[in-house]
Amino acid sequence: MTDQLTNQPAVDAADERLVRVVSPGDYLRQLAGRLRGGDLGMLPVIFGLVAICAFFYSQEPTFLSSRSLVTMTLYAAPLGVIALGIVLVLLLGEIDLSVGTVSGFTSATTAVMFVSHGQPLALSVLAAIALGALIGAGYAVLFVWVGVPSFVFTLAGLLAFEGALYWVLGDQGTINLPRDSGLPEFTRQKFLSDGQGYALVAVVVAVYVGSRLWTIRQKRAAGLTPPNLLGVIVKGAALAIGLGWLTYYLGIDRGWGYLPVLFAGLVVLMDLLLRRTRWGRYVYAVGGNEEAARRAGIRVGLVYGSVFVLCSTFAALGGVLVAGQLTTVSQSSGTTDTNLTAIAAAVIGGTSLFGGRGSAYSALLGILVLQAIRTGLNLMNVDSDVRLIVTGAVLLLAVAIDSVARRARSSSGRG
Amino acid sequence: MSVTYNEVAVRDTGEVVLSLTGINKRFGAVQALTDVDLTVRAGEVVALVGDNGAGKSTLVKTIAGVYQPDAGVIEFAGSPVTVAGPAGAQHLGIATVFQDLALCDNLDVVANLFLGKEHSLGPLMNEVTMEREAWRLLRSLSAKIPSVRIPVAGLSGGQRQTVAIARSLVGNPKVVMLDEPTAALGVAQTAEVLNLVERLREQGLAVILISHNMADVQAVSDRIVVLRLGRNAAEFTTEEATTDQLVAAITGASDNVVAQRAARRAGPAGHPGHSEGEQ
Ligand SMILES: Nc1ncnc2c1ncn2[C@@H]1O[C@H](COP(=O)(O)OP(=O)(O)OP(=O)(O)O)[C@@H](O)[C@H]1O
Ligand SMILES: [Mg+2]
Repeated sequence: MTDQLTNQPAVDAADERLVRVVSPGDYLRQLAGRLRGGDLGMLPVIFGLVAICAFFYSQEPTFLSSRSLVTMTLYAAPLGVIALGIVLVLLLGEIDLSVGTVSGFTSATTAVMFVSHGQPLALSVLAAIALGALIGAGYAVLFVWVGVPSFVFTLAGLLAFEGALYWVLGDQGTINLPRDSGLPEFTRQKFLSDGQGYALVAVVVAVYVGSRLWTIRQKRAAGLTPPNLLGVIVKGAALAIGLGWLTYYLGIDRGWGYLPVLFAGLVVLMDLLLRRTRWGRYVYAVGGNEEAARRAGIRVGLVYGSVFVLCSTFAALGGVLVAGQLTTVSQSSGTTDTNLTAIAAAVIGGTSLFGGRGSAYSALLGILVLQAIRTGLNLMNVDSDVRLIVTGAVLLLAVAIDSVARRARSSSGRG
Repeated sequence: MSVTYNEVAVRDTGEVVLSLTGINKRFGAVQALTDVDLTVRAGEVVALVGDNGAGKSTLVKTIAGVYQPDAGVIEFAGSPVTVAGPAGAQHLGIATVFQDLALCDNLDVVANLFLGKEHSLGPLMNEVTMEREAWRLLRSLSAKIPSVRIPVAGLSGGQRQTVAIARSLVGNPKVVMLDEPTAALGVAQTAEVLNLVERLREQGLAVILISHNMADVQAVSDRIVVLRLGRNAAEFTTEEATTDQLVAAITGASDNVVAQRAARRAGPAGHPGHSEGEQ
């Protein structure tokens, strides 16, 4: 049987009902079919981002100035890190309502250790991150062993860690981080030079194209239909031009900050983990059908546990980065709209609330949408009440799209 | 039946792979299994039959580690084991096709086939070898699946069932349990599954087959174990069992001679499997 297979051109293209995709036209037709079937992926959010940018640009051209874009990338990144954790939790069909206050509490810990007790900065940051992981581990125990719904214990965490924030800050109320210390410097003043920026773009494009070419070789050797070489080249070129142009444009002002690069790196890393490792596969499996995952021998508790730990850890890291960016930790740290923004970003970015569907990139796109709205309305001198209303409307729209897409999927067999 | 079947008796019985004694399982007020015994040898196909709710699936899930028995001993290859969970069953080499299939709708066919047994390539998964192996497995079952890269939710009932069956063949199982594997299958696919069961037996695997189709059961099994209301009701060697005897045992009429006679008389004369079963 195996010999038979090798003689055929491609084992996966044998079924005559399979719609073959050869020309660019086929590709577009397939894409249209997917959209109609509710397999929207990240297209709504990309479309929305373009529309939002076009709108604000028409109202206030400085919205798309280099300076404004650089500022947006800087402010989007820390909340994006928190949203990344939310994406993971949503993939399991769970929720974490406490990421905001966890971020506030852990960043306050960093500030107290570093400023009030004179501990080394690295140790203070690591302590906050470890504290985040510990909180996540506590959630994992509650969820896996005690069986409390995630909605409940994270709601409890939302309250409890706000209390913990006050307690850690004591009667100081506010702690200012010295502006010349490492954390504010990293989050506010460190930027890639132009050369470094282009080098990074080159590396990213090379890795992308290289990995696709490698896949083509592997698939061809295995007698499977390889990805279209032309498609790979076109996508690689688009990536190179897009990122290269962005690097040039941001470089007119300050360029790529260390902070957004760190965030983008985390997104790419999580995407790799989710799509290419067993752990990621198990996250999707548990989110899709927990019982099936359990019967397949997956240790479901470990999957839940690892995700809750990661989510709280990302919350802690994000909180520390926010603190560095604002150079201050106060009783309002992480309490105002951090939760709302992080959860909304994940959902707006296209991660389904129903579990099992979504991508690490939805944290990136979602937070960009929210940051664009915030920056745009600020430029138009609109008050924050309007901003909250607009953000709420966008969130509602995103969830509505998710729900409609879910119905379209079930009627067109895409799960 | 389109399946040809001959040479039943030429195999010598292998050693006992799986043996259950006194298995009890209770769900709240329902005593699903009471003192159930079951033995399967290598190279043997044991059919497990019984009415709806007889406890067949519960027994299979107990062996698969999904449920823990309240009492009773499970012996694997001669030594008592506790199947602590599905992973434990897999580790022993027990593969199961569940009645509800237990597939992840959001994952594609390849991901479902290899769930929990992914091929590795360093820290990553080796998608290429998995995809290739997936096609091989599906071909061997005459599966009519257009693409292995579409989510399982987009497959028909029979295609999903084929995926679930193919999944039980991944790795090197010693015992394969099929809980109504042909319920949703077409004629050709049913024949392939029955062929597969025979191939598994030839390879020396122990097979437990649950089916409501007596013709299929009689075509491929060596022994037939009947469960009724959660208890061992009867056990037959397939060559010796007639359809009527089976039906009687399943429905609970075997202890009643009159009912048995009536059932026999009412049954049509040319029942499939009837004549070659009789001696
Ligand atoms: N998870 C459960 N909780 C409670 N009761 C259960 C559970 N699973 C099975 N039962 C009960 O145990 C009994 C046996 O069920 P089981 O599914 O094993 O039957 P079966 O022989 O597989 O039937 P079928 O031919 O319909 O598949 C039934 O009375 C059922 O109601
Ligand atoms: Mg059953």
